[in-house]
Amino acid sequence: MGKITREDVAYVASLAQLSLTPDVQDRLLKEMGDILQYMDKLNELDTAGIEPTMHALAMTNVFRDDVVGPSLDREHALMNAPKSDGEYFLVPKILDTE
Amino acid sequence: MTMPKKLNALTAHEIRDALRAGTVTATEIAEAYFRRIAEVDPKVLAYVDVWRDYGLAQAAKVDEIVRRGDEPGPLAGVPIGLKDVLCTRQGYTTCCSKILKGYRSPFDATVVERLETAGSVFLGKLNMDEFAMGSSTENSSVQVTRNPWNLKCVPGGSSGGSAAAVAADECVISLGSDTGGSIRQPAALCGCVGMKPTYGRVSRYGLVAFASSLDQIGPFTKDVEDLAVALNVICGRDCHDSTSAGLPVPDFTKSLRQDVADITIGLPKEYYTDALNAEMREKIEGAVAVLQKLGAKVVEVSLPHTGYAIACYYIICTAEASANLARFDGVRYGYRSPISGDVHDMYSNTKTEGFGPEVKRRIMLGTYVLSSGYYDAYYLKAQKVRSLIRRDFLDAFEKCDVILAPTSPTAAFEIGEKTADPLEMYLSDIYTISVNLATIPGMSMPCGLTKRGLPAGLQIMSKPFNEETMLRVAYTYEKNRGFEMGQPPIGAQAR
Repeated sequence: MGKITREDVAYVASLAQLSLTPDVQDRLLKEMGDILQYMDKLNELDTAGIEPTMHALAMTNVFRDDVVGPSLDREHALMNAPKSDGEYFLVPKILDTE
Repeated sequence: MTMPKKLNALTAHEIRDALRAGTVTATEIAEAYFRRIAEVDPKVLAYVDVWRDYGLAQAAKVDEIVRRGDEPGPLAGVPIGLKDVLCTRQGYTTCCSKILKGYRSPFDATVVERLETAGSVFLGKLNMDEFAMGSSTENSSVQVTRNPWNLKCVPGGSSGGSAAAVAADECVISLGSDTGGSIRQPAALCGCVGMKPTYGRVSRYGLVAFASSLDQIGPFTKDVEDLAVALNVICGRDCHDSTSAGLPVPDFTKSLRQDVADITIGLPKEYYTDALNAEMREKIEGAVAVLQKLGAKVVEVSLPHTGYAIACYYIICTAEASANLARFDGVRYGYRSPISGDVHDMYSNTKTEGFGPEVKRRIMLGTYVLSSGYYDAYYLKAQKVRSLIRRDFLDAFEKCDVILAPTSPTAAFEIGEKTADPLEMYLSDIYTISVNLATIPGMSMPCGLTKRGLPAGLQIMSKPFNEETMLRVAYTYEKNRGFEMGQPPIGAQAR
């Protein structure tokens, strides 16, 4: 695996929606580099023909009857909202258009 | 009947017997525990929220049921502490993260509901590494919990508060969660019993998700009998968690028998190398000898992919964590950055200010290994290696009933000793993480004290959904190990 670059760190931070200072990016470059280099040891193993573990438990679809049950009411759904008008969650304006 | 011990040194099964005999009330027991917390928690720092009024109200309810002559439940009056990763309507649920500070869950986790129905008395919420990411509880945004055996040392992690509270008699039972050893390792470092049941044994509904294919809830207790009692209450299928197994749950207390004559113990040759601390090895060998003397057979087994487990684990857990933690964006609950801007600034400022350094590191790693061009090389590769690791265990269990191993390569380390190098901290999980990858059950129990007076932990593993055999081996060892662990000093010379 190629070595992780400073550009990679900045790109991944943008994917993860984190705004990192140059200092933190430098530190992460080193730490992630060390950890990823350690992870590269998996390439020593030949895994051709090995099925990945996609599910922790061997189970197929789990069904339930299609009936309406109790769910979270509006009051409880909004009770932890950082900002709400009592009916909706409020966020900063998303679109600039009129 | 006389009370042989102080109220806050009782086990759950002793409390059950005393309540039914009428020698003590649930309220007296609860009061004793809240006094104990007030006395020692300023030193131990296990609790992040204490629920005095709520706990006493639950205790009064139990006393009322006993007075009426009704059955109060299998955990009636038993004081219990809950890791702060479990959703509770009472108090706060913060995962010891700034991003969830002040969060009040609108529902109870299934395990919390089951404990309450069984008559438990809740004492409060316990400290943890932020979002259960860590091996020392030093990543909590609230406080650093101390090891009751030596206040300079860590209690282990991530369920460090849950382990320290049981060890310091600040509760009788606690619940924790285990993604890569977060129950077993702190249980070992604090000298208590702790189990990660088979994946699917316990509902994860209301457990704030870290790595969904690895997370499992389990108890910390003072002895093996209490472990069986707690498992009876928390295990079983739950319609709110589609990954909870539909298998019947046995009465685990039936496994509390001193009988290992038909048991074959497997010792993985990859675990007993020079990397294992000599003192730890001696303690584990001592435990094996006790069981051998009682008729257990011992064989060497091999887990050939052991050396790849940590790399495999940290790919899978960071990938799953980065997906799970994406939900904390400042919109529906939790912290929102006061720094204004557009909605994208709000997302990134909220996450950047709300998550601590280790959580951010794991989100970054997880996002990287899942990102376009790297998915096959890291995540898919790790999922294949996970299959190999699981196969190692299933092959080994063709030759033995249980595997015995150390829980941690060393006893408790000092606060600050491993915080500088994240990779070194990850490597301390070597004996526990394979169990989560293989989805098998694992437990830790004390097997002696080191020369420095710190607990050593014996780990027992078995086939999926075979907690009963582990309990039988653990119970037999506990009754025949020939020593008492005694009480941790909690900073005092003697108590």
